[in-house]
Amino acid sequence: MRRLLLTLVLLVGAWVPLALAVSSPSEMLPDPAQEQRARAIGRELRCLVCQNESIEDSHADLARDLRRIVRERVAAGDSDAAVIDYIHDRYGDFVLLRPPFTLLTAALWGMPVLALGGGLVAILLLRRRGAASEPPPLSAEEQARLAALEKDAAR
Amino acid sequence: MPITSRRMLMLAPLGIAAAGGVGFYAMLRGLGTGTYDPHGVPSVLVGRTPPEFSLPPLEGAGLPPLASTDLQNLEGPILVNFWASWCVPCVVEHPQLMRLKREGVALYGINYKDKPEAAMAFLTRHGNPFQRLGRDDPGRVAIDWGVYGVPESYFIDRKGVVRWRWAGPITPEVLEQDVRALLRHYA
Repeated sequence: MRRLLLTLVLLVGAWVPLALAVSSPSEMLPDPAQEQRARAIGRELRCLVCQNESIEDSHADLARDLRRIVRERVAAGDSDAAVIDYIHDRYGDFVLLRPPFTLLTAALWGMPVLALGGGLVAILLLRRRGAASEPPPLSAEEQARLAALEKDAAR
Repeated sequence: MPITSRRMLMLAPLGIAAAGGVGFYAMLRGLGTGTYDPHGVPSVLVGRTPPEFSLPPLEGAGLPPLASTDLQNLEGPILVNFWASWCVPCVVEHPQLMRLKREGVALYGINYKDKPEAAMAFLTRHGNPFQRLGRDDPGRVAIDWGVYGVPESYFIDRKGVVRWRWAGPITPEVLEQDVRALLRHYA
């Protein structure tokens, strides 16, 4: 019972920061459509302090400052790409939660294709080998021996 | 099916696992020696000139303020240091900054999100290593530089190009290994 209670408390506790992480009303843009856009942009940007959260989810001071900048740019009429470029110009690829396709990240993006392709090739090879290793038909002599054996067994 | 290609097929996963192991070992070694840091945010400013800015001085410090124009056509390389009085690693770093100052290295400071009185008290207590000092209370100039925490230091050559960025305190080891090499190279 005590353990159940503890689990419940922990579960509730785990939800509280999630509820708080959403930007406070004072930060929000008055226009809901713009606010929606700013949030979508913020979710694409990494908080450089906590690193596994987007700036929309993070409580870090720097994340709050970056949220404010995103909203400033959105309110000034920048396109989504322009806002992301603004932050990207300052913090580099690391700030993007969705890494761009470059020579360096080619292996990262190519891995699923490689793994899937490799698997397909392996399956094809194995199947072909299975077909090739089918034993050749029995010769006349072997067939005669087999028939003799079967006759023996039937007796 | 020839026996050799079957053996190859059996050895292939072993080979892949071995390659992975070597890669993992290299990563762990890098983590140990500090040459590989998965949390490090590489600076986009290295190889470029700093963004334009103009910061107010710290009242009472008696130091000239700092603007981007102060980082052009220099007499020698300089070190720009982002710091704050509330930042504990900055206390760890300070003796090294004081040492560089004694050795005649030009240090420009940017006081990040700080109260003027607190910043003044910090400099009075630990000493002032800076020739110029700008106050970035909103932290916007820091964001333009790509700063993501204090302390952070930027080495700028005499042409005004950023050559090196260090995120975190300049420890005696960093001073001896990195800063000295830079000072020699860009003297």
